[in-house]
Amino acid sequence: MAKPKIGFYWCASCGGCEEAVVDLAEDILAVTAAVDIVFWPVAMDYKKADVTSLPDQALTATFINGAIRTSEQEEMARLLRAKSRYLIAFGACAQLGGIPALANEFSREAILSWVYQDAPTVVNPERVRPAVRTDDDGRTLTLPEFRNVVRTLNQVVEVDYYLPGCPPTPKLIKAAVGALLEGKLPPRGTVLAPDVALCEECPRKKTKPQDLHFTAFKRPHLVPLDPELCLLAQGLVCMGPATRGGCGALCPGANMPCTGCFGPTSRVRDQGAKMLSSLTSAMEAKEVPEVEKVLAGIPDPVGTFYRYGLAGSLLRVNTTAAAAASKEAL
Amino acid sequence: MPENNWQPRIVAFFCSWCTYTAADLAGVSRLKYAPNIRIIRLMCSGRVDPQFVLEALARGADGVLIGGCHPGDCHYAEGNFKTLRRYQMLRRVLGAMGISEERIRLEWISASEGERVRMVINDLVERIRILGPLDLPGRLAACDAELGASAQALRLPQYRQPAADLREVIHG
Repeated sequence: MAKPKIGFYWCASCGGCEEAVVDLAEDILAVTAAVDIVFWPVAMDYKKADVTSLPDQALTATFINGAIRTSEQEEMARLLRAKSRYLIAFGACAQLGGIPALANEFSREAILSWVYQDAPTVVNPERVRPAVRTDDDGRTLTLPEFRNVVRTLNQVVEVDYYLPGCPPTPKLIKAAVGALLEGKLPPRGTVLAPDVALCEECPRKKTKPQDLHFTAFKRPHLVPLDPELCLLAQGLVCMGPATRGGCGALCPGANMPCTGCFGPTSRVRDQGAKMLSSLTSAMEAKEVPEVEKVLAGIPDPVGTFYRYGLAGSLLRVNTTAAAAASKEAL
Repeated sequence: MPENNWQPRIVAFFCSWCTYTAADLAGVSRLKYAPNIRIIRLMCSGRVDPQFVLEALARGADGVLIGGCHPGDCHYAEGNFKTLRRYQMLRRVLGAMGISEERIRLEWISASEGERVRMVINDLVERIRILGPLDLPGRLAACDAELGASAQALRLPQYRQPAADLREVIHG
């Protein structure tokens, strides 16, 4: 019997998710023994034609990492959706937007003018910007279109499963590939990780107080950290209570607070709102000026609470930026 | 919706013990206030999950009003203080996301302050009328016009609940 075919692809991502596949180390041999990898541009020489020439649903599963920002990424996501029986959003960016989705705090125009004109290190007197089509001396060059907003994979195509994390851990990848090969798949739409908060598996859990009393929020680079005490009890913003477990509490184990890359559990729609709620309600302050003083300890609330989840959040995008985009569309 | 037909739509979360009772009093006293408010009764203003506020806005509300007991009067001792802290931070998040902080409002209104319910609602409706429609669903739809039609059908947030605890599936 022919081996199942699988594919890997990357969109708006850093490459860390691809590295996570390589981090399977010698276990990757077991994977390649069981399946044929027929598309993996980052690791081997494949072309788009290798996919377009396949019949629909020829691939058993495709793992796509990265958010969707450009027209090319959208096109590849649609192509791979058509060719795959299971499409798996691999990693925080594909699942929730990830770090690239923080760009949704700003309009497309603000981003382009900063990157190509206003940033202090840019020298661009002719104000050249990337164009979808450029005619030069009889030749035509094309580039993908830079879209208005960053999207999660499931805002562009239907997604069957989600592997969370920045990046997903080898243990979860192995479990997912195993479940796929054995046909032991959970209901469609499931996030392939435990459905409990990170605190459940944190080695510091026993030191987490019943009630927290924040009098200030501290930032990890400014205070010495106790390696054993619950980080929330030390006054740090640790996203553990609002974040799905499954990583084995890697960051708290390395004396750093959780930043939330596994996204919310299934009971939560908006991870940032939930963390904001949990954290601020445990403050001591009772008067507005006092409250404001403590809140100033979190100078970038969107970047803190929505570090990996802005595109998948309830608001998705800066409203003013969305309005600018809709005017352009008219 | 055409601009000239637009009327503010405001979702109000009122605590059962104080502000909701005050709204009842306003009704019994036949006080007239703007009809732009949809009141949702909760046991405590502390029950207002910031997700409720964001979801109201994401689904088309132009503003959100939260009403609770005066500080020190909370039936559950501390609920309204929790709300105050969350509200102050939520305003910061909304500001960073381009939404005027005037669109959400927290008010302490005791059970006897029917007149204050009327005043606060009328004032908020007028302020939001000046700000104009928020229309988040419309703005996001316009943003998504750049996608193909099949993707637009997926635009609404997906609520996906797995059937059971998955630890067995993942680790077993």
